[in-house]
Formats: sequence, structure tokens, C-alpha cells
Amino acid sequence: MSTERLTVRKTYKLYIGGAFPRSESGRSYVINDGQGGFLANASRASRKDVRDGVTAARKAFPGWSARTPYNRGQILYRVAEMLEGRRAQFVAELRDTGLGKNAATEEVDEAIDRWVWYAGWADKLAAVLGSANPVAGPFFNLSTPEPTGVVGVIAPDSPLLGLVSVIAPAIISGNTCVVVASEPAPLPAITLAEVLATSDLPGGVVNLLTGHRAELAPWLASHLDVNALDLAGASADLTVECERAAAENLKRVLRPAESDWTADPGLTRMKAFLETKTIWHPIGL
Amino acid sequence: MFEYAPAPESRDIVHIRPSYGLFIDGEFTDAKETIKTIDPATEEVLAEVGSAGPEEVDLAVRAARTAFETVWGPMPGRERAKYLYRIARIIQERSRELAVLESLDNGKPIRESRDVDLPLVAAHFFYYAGWADKLAHAGYGTKPLGVAGQVIPWNFPLLMLAWKIAPALATGNTVVLKPAETTPLTALVFADICRQADLPPGVVNIITGAGETGRLLVSHDGIDKVAFTGSTEVGRQIARSVAGTSKRLTLELGGKAANVVFDDAPLDQAVEGIVNGIFFNQGQVCCAGSRLLVQEPVAEEVLARLRTRMATLRVGDPLDKNTDIGAINSAVQLQRIRDLSEVGEQEGAERWAPPCELPEKGFWFPPTVFTGVSQAHRIAREEIFGPVLSVLTFRTPEEAIEKANNTPYGLSAGVWSEKGSRILWAAQRLRAGVVWANTFNTFDPASPFGGYQESGFGREGGRHGLEAYLEH
Repeated sequence: MSTERLTVRKTYKLYIGGAFPRSESGRSYVINDGQGGFLANASRASRKDVRDGVTAARKAFPGWSARTPYNRGQILYRVAEMLEGRRAQFVAELRDTGLGKNAATEEVDEAIDRWVWYAGWADKLAAVLGSANPVAGPFFNLSTPEPTGVVGVIAPDSPLLGLVSVIAPAIISGNTCVVVASEPAPLPAITLAEVLATSDLPGGVVNLLTGHRAELAPWLASHLDVNALDLAGASADLTVECERAAAENLKRVLRPAESDWTADPGLTRMKAFLETKTIWHPIGL
Repeated sequence: MFEYAPAPESRDIVHIRPSYGLFIDGEFTDAKETIKTIDPATEEVLAEVGSAGPEEVDLAVRAARTAFETVWGPMPGRERAKYLYRIARIIQERSRELAVLESLDNGKPIRESRDVDLPLVAAHFFYYAGWADKLAHAGYGTKPLGVAGQVIPWNFPLLMLAWKIAPALATGNTVVLKPAETTPLTALVFADICRQADLPPGVVNIITGAGETGRLLVSHDGIDKVAFTGSTEVGRQIARSVAGTSKRLTLELGGKAANVVFDDAPLDQAVEGIVNGIFFNQGQVCCAGSRLLVQEPVAEEVLARLRTRMATLRVGDPLDKNTDIGAINSAVQLQRIRDLSEVGEQEGAERWAPPCELPEKGFWFPPTVFTGVSQAHRIAREEIFGPVLSVLTFRTPEEAIEKANNTPYGLSAGVWSEKGSRILWAAQRLRAGVVWANTFNTFDPASPFGGYQESGFGREGGRHGLEAYLEH
């Protein structure tokens, strides 16, 4: 007599400081597949989880931003290698969200290639965005890009390509981030977290929260230890609310724009989370 | 101490009219309401200027829009460039007049307005003139935003105007600019310079007024871009007011810069740098080195030399060519400096100022240093915007960086050491938009300027300064 094997299901938790805790609130919400059938319960993060994420991101910032750009590029490339290894899993998860096989495969491939593209930028940004400034005096004068700090990211609904397209540009330059994943399709984000956790990316560089955007985003936007906000996945109303809250400590805000995530991303998202530092020194004997 | 005979710069070169209108669409138009601007060194009224209300702000924005759509936007970059070159040249030609007027209206020493402000103003226009037909090579696209609403402070009235108008015009935008309430006069002469240069009407509009005029401007629906230099508090309000709009925003706000002196610093140069860092322009500088962090082994010696040097600073008539420290710009600002200095004493810091005679009329504050300051003291945390230095000490380089970065601001920082690797080590770790190593308060149109954190965002100057005015 043979019995059908019972599947071992995954518990989808949050990703904070390199660990996978449940929401401290003990809450979860139901994630359905494309047909409306039950897929999983995802953690429904709370204000406290946001704050824990920011603490972890702040703690990780000095170390991550002090890595050599070469090292950051290597780690991000390693992430792409791990993504490639889990290609089939991501395709399956995207199909669960309602995508057809070809569309799901294309999105996964595009996401991996996007990640590789950003990985290569680590040691090129300063050359492209910096400058040696010809000032009218005996001074050495150099401008270089530096990471802004902790970036709060409201990820778009494109569950994998959109997600990697907002995370990679934030962290490649040395920022750390707290990400609120797509509300209806958060499961690929947690699988991505599993990839990040096994790719030499230091804990805390990326912190992933699942839950209700309208509940979480304002806490990120008003948190005084967050330096910048990417509102890619925020609705119009939520954008206004977050932008107002962000004014309190003058966060850099990247407003949502019509986004075709398959299009060439350009430098916009990386530039949005960079500061320019200019160093002067006299020249003389 | 040497005795100096008075050496006043002649003010005959300046002809101040009793009243000025608003400069809208190439014409001076009388405003419905007016305000007075005074000489802060004598408290005499210099002139009456317009105070633009809603209708006048609207007229100015409309004029700028029309000029953008019909003339300035479509104009080839090389033609725009030539207008900017013309303006730069006329500024050079009229530089003494502008310098004297700046000192009269602002209170800054003529030595600074003549040798720092005015040369930089002309250089800024000259620099951005050259970009106008080279935007395709700058990396930020070539499409202007439209109409820029710009609000500037009173500490460097004409220089801040140049920082705002030159890049905006070079990139094909038109502007409505509001100078500060207490220092409108050089901006109004600039309006005349625009006419002398035959700049098409509406490309530059100058509307004078107080805070309410600025608020009307930045919240006007007809502008595409807001550029503000001023206090962090007003910066926050502006950031809130543009939330939910498509307006682009750059802010250059306050600071509380650390000037870090290591024990191997060239002390004579460092003392000059400390003095320049905090007493330049009466300390009314957003990037002023207002927190001196000095390494313990040299702290006593640095302070002794600093006090000796401070005793030679000459406070008084801004138009006297020997004056080092002029008048504080307004009674309001003077009160703020006094209040915070009193708080410094109440909180336990030790106050010292050299003996100096201050004129009876006008707004004056002697160069002042506070020692025994802790990081928790308000004078170590808040921007005083006056000639008041707070001195803290440190033992290790790591401690210096931690203290230097322990601020919500991040506009500038200074570092003094003879050791190259230590300079670069510190410069890398200081979280500030401008790091002056073995120098302080140097500026150049080719060099980007702007802050981290609550010192604002965006850069002015250099190739980076174009970004704020282009669609990309």
C-alpha cells in the first residue's frame, strides 16, 4: 500500500539582520495564487519590525559602506550565482502568482541579468559620477559619490524583477536598506532573502518585510534614522503621506514613476541614493 | 596691536534709489505693498522695496513661463551662453558698485564683498555660461525643467543669486527669484544688469518680499522646480509643501561643521583656518566651522594662539578696508546669537571674547569662543549663525570622527594634519558634502557644494550643479 507523500511546506517569515524572525506582532496574512486558491501565510510585519529592520540596517551600514567597491561587486555577483541556482524555484513561485511559464521564465532571467548588471557598477560609479574639479587656485579638488545611508524601499508589485530592480541599485554603492515587499506577491521576496542569506552579503544590508504597505510605509518614512526613501511601490495617496513624513529629517525621496521594469534602468536609482563629497586640499611646497 | 587710521571705501559709486519695484517681465513694476531695507551697521533705512503678494507672484511666474516657452527654452545653447557671458562681464564691470552695495545692505566687510563675493559671482556666471552649449556631454540630459522658483538667504545675497540663476539659465530654465527680506538691493541691481545685457524679458524675474512671498512662490502651481537656500526649518516646510506635486526640489540648509585639528597639524595654518572658518562673514555661513575639535596634546597651544589671533581681529565699519568682522545682518539674527551664547554660559561652557569696542548703533557681536563645551550643549548642536566658536577636544582619531559626525547636519567639515594618509582617512569618514583639508571656506564655481542629511540635498557648482535643472 502506498500513501501519497505529504509536502513539507515553507513558513514564510521576515528577514531582519540576517535572521528570519516571525513578525513580533504574531500576525500573518493569507497569500493566494493567481486563481484565488490558498498559497501560504506570510508574516504581517508591524511598526516594531520596521524599527528592528532600521536598527539592523544602520548597524550594517559602516561595514558595508567601508567594503571596497570590488568586494561589494563580488558579493552581488555571488548573489546572481545563487539566483541562477534557484531559477526553477523562482519560476515556480512566479507561476503561482499567475504568470504563464514563458513569462515567468523571462522575468526570472531578466531579474538575474539585472542583478549582474548592477553588480558590475560597484567599482565604476565613482569614475562615472565623480569628478576632478579644475578650481581657480592651488588646490586639489575631487568629488566622489558616497552612499546616503539607510534607504527605506517600498517595493513595486513586480514580485521579482521589480524587487531586484529596487534593491540592487540601493545597496551596490554601500547603502543598506529596509524593504517592504509587494503586498499581494511577497513570497518571491522571502525566497530572495534566502538567496541573500547564503551569498556572503552581511546580515542587515538588506532587510525584507512583508505585510501591508499602507501600514508599514509611513513608519519607514517618518523614522529619523532612515536617510532616503524609494517609493516605487507606493500608491498616489501613500506617496504624498510618505513624502510629507520624510520631510521631517529631509530624506532623499525617489517618487514612483511609470515603470517598465524590463527597460534599461539607467543610473537614476543609483544616483538617487548617493551623496557627492568634495574634498579640497592646498597644493604647495 | 597696531593702530589703524580709518580707510573707508567710498560709497559714492552706489546710487540707491528711494524705492524699488518688482522686476517682472523685464520691467520694474510698483508693488502694492512695500518693506524697508536698512544698513545693519547704522540702522539707517537704505531704500523701500516691493513686497510681492499673490497676484504679483503669479504675474512673475506667468512671465517666466511665457519666456520659457517662447524664447529661452527654444533658444540654442550657444546663444544662451553668450547672454550669460555678457552678464558675467557686466558684473565684473560693475563689481565695485555691487561690492559696496552688498556691504551696505548686508553688513559684511568690504574686503570680503570685494575680494570674495564679487569675484565668485562673476566666475559663477562665466563658468555656467560655458556649460549652456555643452549639456549633451554632462551626463544629465539636455531638457530643461521649465520655471524655477528660487529663494535665497541674506548671508551672501548676490553670490547665492549667482548660484541659483547661472545654472538655471544655462540649462534653459527661466527663473523667479526672491532675495532675502533684509538684503534685496544687489538682486535689484542684478535685474538692471539683465536689462543692460538685453536678456529677453521674463527670463529672470526678481520679486522682493518677506517669508510670505517666498511661501507663495514655492507653493505656486506654475513652477516646475524649487531651489532654496536657508534654514533647515524652512527647508522642512518647503519639502512638505512640494510633497505630492511633480516639482523637483533642491535644498541647501544649515550646518554645524566640525573643524578637526590633529596633534600633527601645522598650527599656524590651522589657527588661520579656524579663524577663517568661524569668523568669515561674521560666522553667518551655513558651512562655518563652528565646532572646533582639537586633539588634547595640542589643545592648550591651539587655544592660546587662537586667542592671540582673535585679539587682532578688527570689528567695525563694514566699508572700512581694514575691517575683519562687520555687522550682524539684522536685529533678529543678533538676538539669536545673543540668546544661544547665553545658553552656552548657562549650560556651563566658558565664554571668551577679546576686548573690542563695538559701535553704538547697528548690530554687532564680538568674535567669541566657548571652551569646556560638551556634545550635549546646545551651542555644540545648534547652528548659531554668528561669530561664535565651540571648542571640544578628543584623544583618538576615531573619537574625532565620531564626534564630528554626531550631528543631524552634514554640510562641511575641516581636517588639519601634516600626514597625508591621516587626512585621507579622516576625509573618507567625515559625513559631509564638502571636506576642507588644511584649508577652510574655499569656494569655486567648478566645485560642487551641498550637504548630507539635514543640511539638504542636491549640489550647486560644477558639473553636478547642472543636475538639479535638467529632466533626466
